Amino acid sequence: MIRTEELLLNVGPQHPSTHGVFRIVVKLDGEVIKEATPVMGYLHRGTEKLAENLNYTQIIPYTDRMDYVSAMTNNYVLVHAVEKMMQLEIPERAEFLRLIVMELQRVASHLVWWGTYLLDIGAMSPFLYAFRDREIIIDLFNELCGARLTYNYMRVGGVKWDAPEGWIDKVREFIPYMRKKMEEYDRLVSGNEIFLTRIKGVGTYDAQTAIDFGLSGANLRCTGVNWDIRKNEPYSLYDRFEFDVPLGTNGDCYDRYFIRMEELRQSLRILEQAIEQFPKDGEIMGKVPRVIRPPAGEIYARIESPRGEIGCYIVSKGKAEPYRLKFRRPSFVNLQILPKLLVGETMTNLITILGGVDIVVGEVDC
Amino acid sequence: MGTWLQEPLTWTNFAIFLAWGVVFLFIVLGFVTYAIYFERKVIGWMQLRIGPNRVGPLGLFQTLADIFKLLIKEDTIPRKADRWLFILAPVITYVPSFAVLVVIPYTDSLYFTDLNVGLLYYGALSCISTIGIILAGWASNNKYSLLGGMRSAAQMISYEIPLVISVVGVILLNGSLSLRTIVNGQGDYFWQWNFLPQIIGFVVFIIAAVSELNRTPFDLPEAESELVAGYHVEYSGFRFAFFMLAEYVYVFAIASLTTVLFLGGWHAPFPFLTFIPGIIWFILKFMFCVFFLFWLRATMPRIRVDQLMSFGWKVLLPLSLINVFVTAIYVELFIK
Repeated sequence: MIRTEELLLNVGPQHPSTHGVFRIVVKLDGEVIKEATPVMGYLHRGTEKLAENLNYTQIIPYTDRMDYVSAMTNNYVLVHAVEKMMQLEIPERAEFLRLIVMELQRVASHLVWWGTYLLDIGAMSPFLYAFRDREIIIDLFNELCGARLTYNYMRVGGVKWDAPEGWIDKVREFIPYMRKKMEEYDRLVSGNEIFLTRIKGVGTYDAQTAIDFGLSGANLRCTGVNWDIRKNEPYSLYDRFEFDVPLGTNGDCYDRYFIRMEELRQSLRILEQAIEQFPKDGEIMGKVPRVIRPPAGEIYARIESPRGEIGCYIVSKGKAEPYRLKFRRPSFVNLQILPKLLVGETMTNLITILGGVDIVVGEVDC
Repeated sequence: MGTWLQEPLTWTNFAIFLAWGVVFLFIVLGFVTYAIYFERKVIGWMQLRIGPNRVGPLGLFQTLADIFKLLIKEDTIPRKADRWLFILAPVITYVPSFAVLVVIPYTDSLYFTDLNVGLLYYGALSCISTIGIILAGWASNNKYSLLGGMRSAAQMISYEIPLVISVVGVILLNGSLSLRTIVNGQGDYFWQWNFLPQIIGFVVFIIAAVSELNRTPFDLPEAESELVAGYHVEYSGFRFAFFMLAEYVYVFAIASLTTVLFLGGWHAPFPFLTFIPGIIWFILKFMFCVFFLFWLRATMPRIRVDQLMSFGWKVLLPLSLINVFVTAIYVELFIK
């Protein structure tokens, strides 16, 4: 008599494809997953609690370390919430600089995703090509604010540093370069038959499920829901630029892949227009009181980060420190659908689906 | 070489054979050492990196340093592992990989034996290595290893069959299983070599061979991003080196076999180029095959287990059978 039993497998926290210290406990029947339980919290640092004892400028570096692949958008969501609360006027040049770095950051973040996703699927080289091109963006940021990953660049009311001479031209040169590289990426990867069969029809869900789970970003748009905060609730200067929101139809990894690739191109389009309209001179800091004390009250501000809707909720009692600060982190919310998606899939698809969600563990655990 | 093999077995002859074997072992080990270096360099250049360049001039001693490191590492055996199988598995994997090289003719005169069932011998022995991999996966008592070992078993069954059937066309054309006869049966011009008349068989053979080698895009048993390292998760030191060694010796074997079966062995592509010795031509074709394998590794993503299965059974096997059928009709009508 043959007796079979389920195999309990710990994927992570030390595993090459969980993108950091993330762990999933899976019950396997052969290679088919019967049950999957994500275990989070290995990178928890208590950012929200720490923020309660810090003044608003001091919180900005903590946001860098949440989603360390996309620190600029994190910076922005916090300062945006505070500015909304205080109803501050932001100088145009500062706002342009913010928008340019955010879109550059989106390109850099998607490049990291693209490289690591292909690495998950088993192709080594794209990772290095992606990092080659990301390096240019990182160098641009380094020149702008002296940091490569955790920028601490934005301030309530403006930005910390003005663009050095020639910086804007460098960004202008980067756009056609990146367009050319995108073609190279498509030739190497996007048409590869093995790659397409790996991602087509994997991890499918419909629009209602996506909304029920609160998904956002490419994870939501792959089902055809037209929701991009840059378009639907324009913040910063996004209402001044023309760009499309790519949508999927099937809600599988294939759609998510091509949406992100298209978003890269759209970001370049926004950058191109922003460089054109960039004001020659102007202030980079608005009129901000020396100690930032937002009026008592509550506020929720949200923006479109590369991973989806990142939100910042602040309760102020009129002091220099927030009474309560809460971040809505898209990686964390997007992950919640994982146990549902993984049932019935194989070990291989687990990696494909997890990679396709695009998580950054620093943001999951915050 | 052929005449030596016919001589009676005396102590002197035995000593000569043994010496040849040892010399050949060192040639193969030398190949493996520099194939690893070559692979790292080639993939490095394809990936905008420099590759190994620290140990020795141009990093030429990098692999030697790696081997030395593996030799002095602690040899760990997990407490709950099946001790004897755990020790046996690398040996079972490695020995056949070296033993199959016996039947490969390098030039008209340089070969170790001319078995009249050479191809069968190759196919039969190379299967044994997979048993070693399954044993390693099972004996390690590790879940990732076990999954890797099981994948390997499934892969062996799916790809060994098309691999063997794809060369049946070549056998039909030449009427022999002896690899030497097969090379001699291929003409003086490069379009008379088997890869053009047997193009379907050639393509199936290449795909099945890459799978047999467990290399990208078929490196499922050791799929790094899913199974960490697959069947050799628990191995360290020189036992681990044996698995790597077996993999690269098989690269040597498959590249030689492809050269012999489909690329005309030691023949020059045109008759006026025959002044260049056959061994040079063999090495050139052989190096091209090796490079091709490394090139694949730098560009291809990995295929999924179920897709691998359906591809093997539903595409490769029918294709190779059709190839046998068409070749058989051709041989019956035109050659007989």
